[in-house]
Amino acid sequence: MKLLIIEDDREAADYLEKALTEAGHTAHLARDGETGYMLASDGEYDVLIVDRMLPKRDGLSVIAALRAKGIDTAVLILSALGEVDDRVTGLRAGGDDYLTKPYAFSELLARIEVLSRRKGRADIETVYRAGDLELDRLSHTVRRAGQEIVLQPREFRLLEYMMRHAGQVVTRTMLLENVWDYHFDPQTNVIDVHISRLRSKIEKGFDKPVLHTIRGAGYMLKAG
Amino acid sequence: MAARLPAIFKTTATRLSALYLLLFALCAAILVFYTTSLSVRMLTGQLQETISDEMPVLGRAYQRGGLPLLVRFVEQRSRQPGANLYLLADPQGRILAGNVEALQPGVLDIEGWTGSPFLYTRFDTAGEEIDEDRHRAVAYVMRLPNQMILLVGRDLGEAERLRTVMRQALMLALGFMGLGALIIWYVVGRRALKRIDQVSDAGRRIMAGDLSGRLPVSGTGDEFDRLSENLNAMLERIASLNEGLKQVSDNIAHDLKTPLTRMRNRAEAALAGNKGSAEYRKALETTIAEADQLIRTFNAILMISRLEAGYSAEQTAQIDLAAIIADVVELYEPLAEESGVQLTSAAPPRAPVTGNRELVGQALSNVIDNAIKYSQGEGRDAKVSVELSQGTGWRIDVADNGPGIPEADHNRATERFVRLEDSRSQPGSGLGLSLAKAIMGFHGGRLELTSRDPGICVSMVFPEDKAKK
Repeated sequence: MKLLIIEDDREAADYLEKALTEAGHTAHLARDGETGYMLASDGEYDVLIVDRMLPKRDGLSVIAALRAKGIDTAVLILSALGEVDDRVTGLRAGGDDYLTKPYAFSELLARIEVLSRRKGRADIETVYRAGDLELDRLSHTVRRAGQEIVLQPREFRLLEYMMRHAGQVVTRTMLLENVWDYHFDPQTNVIDVHISRLRSKIEKGFDKPVLHTIRGAGYMLKAG
Repeated sequence: MAARLPAIFKTTATRLSALYLLLFALCAAILVFYTTSLSVRMLTGQLQETISDEMPVLGRAYQRGGLPLLVRFVEQRSRQPGANLYLLADPQGRILAGNVEALQPGVLDIEGWTGSPFLYTRFDTAGEEIDEDRHRAVAYVMRLPNQMILLVGRDLGEAERLRTVMRQALMLALGFMGLGALIIWYVVGRRALKRIDQVSDAGRRIMAGDLSGRLPVSGTGDEFDRLSENLNAMLERIASLNEGLKQVSDNIAHDLKTPLTRMRNRAEAALAGNKGSAEYRKALETTIAEADQLIRTFNAILMISRLEAGYSAEQTAQIDLAAIIADVVELYEPLAEESGVQLTSAAPPRAPVTGNRELVGQALSNVIDNAIKYSQGEGRDAKVSVELSQGTGWRIDVADNGPGIPEADHNRATERFVRLEDSRSQPGSGLGLSLAKAIMGFHGGRLELTSRDPGICVSMVFPEDKAKK
């Protein structure tokens, strides 16, 4: 994946660049808003990681300018501002996701990977498949090896999200955001319990696990 | 210059009083001067008329009987009570007849009206007393055909007396004005401005660091009291913000230092000695988990501070409490079940309020989280109920049948970082209820704790929704 980091804090930027490269991505670095805008304006990148407070040109204005130019590269906003409406302004300016500093790198990585496939086929498909697991978005049914599994509406949405991002790590906060539409930090392991419930429904009586726990990061749905 | 004036001249009261005094005195002086000069001029006119009436009579007497008759006339008239002034002199100015003993020199030299009042001494023929005082008079001087000089005049005593009365009136008025100025100075200065001084003194004391100081309130309910009360309310707010800040820094020192130290020690221990990569890995994972917990705590502290700093209407919208309860209860239901706690909820279909969905959701989740955490226990039939009801405003009651919190600790329970004894073993930052309280404060509501037997009920009380009415 080709990534552009627009961040002025040298240490944070270097760390990000190194960590993302180690994770197997190509990461470029821009240290101010103007440079970032120039580099991003050919639309070659998969995901832009944009800090909000930048020299020369602030992050939100860079994003707005890119959007105005018709560049729809996915944007993850990084910000030290974590107030309730900061997220809203960030997303309104054209950001696709928002992460408040300090963040866990695993969280950032998971979100970037999800963002990069944001505009994939998954949105158009009506049936998601992962191995012998099958989810029909229209009829709201889930089958495994042809056997129907009855899920609660929320469990269905949880599985739907996991299957849409099959093969990708999803974090607990991502699940809370996308399945429950709340952006706060769950204090306890509420999400884990939901996952284990779902897991017991879709894995009970089957040999292979599909819902994997990724330590220190979150979960991944993967068949086989 | 101004700096060297005594302090008393620097007060507004003194300046105002002095200004009033000056202004009134000026007006009074102009008035008195004007009235006096007008009256004196009128009186003088009358005198001149009287004299003019006299002249032809004397003139005719001279024509008829010559000098002797004139002298007789003059003598006769001089003796009448309240007589005019009469004087007959020879061409050299020596007095021959009349009731004038002496004259200011030069008066007789010019014929016609004496330009300005002149001084004279009266020779009182009637009482045979010599009036030693010199008086002022106006007169008409005429030269007879034989070069004798005839003067008929009138004493200005009346006009003088009038002037004196007027002057006395002016002095009296000035006296009263001075008194008035003193009263104004006393009322405005001693009372009103003294209170302003008290306010500014108290302000100075508070600025000097005594944040517990308050402005004096006299209890009369006047504008000064209102000012003081408002300033006091402001100070109260500043003090509580300051207190909050102090508490945060104290707590950061205490509660963040401990896990940071622990983290550091763990990392150090991991480095020491020869260990396998599995052990390193484990140590690093623990370190990350502890760092995450620290970040979480930090975020909660920041959020509480921001919420307490103020309300922003931009962050609120019409939200449905019933929907939020449904969401959060649904979110916690599996966890409750796993913990052996029966989680139930009862709510009307819709409960619209103005607020922030995220924040209310978070507050409720913290409260429910707490209730589950503290009610779970072995062998007990633990229950947590969430109930939405409407009084003046909506309220969400989250009740559990756990051990509860002693009445005395209810206030402390919502303070930052306070984790009551015997709950320290439970996971969590200790900020859950504080954050819920801050969120309720942000919504203009409050977080109430009431003891139930058994357990405790934590209520999120929303204010009456004014937008609806």
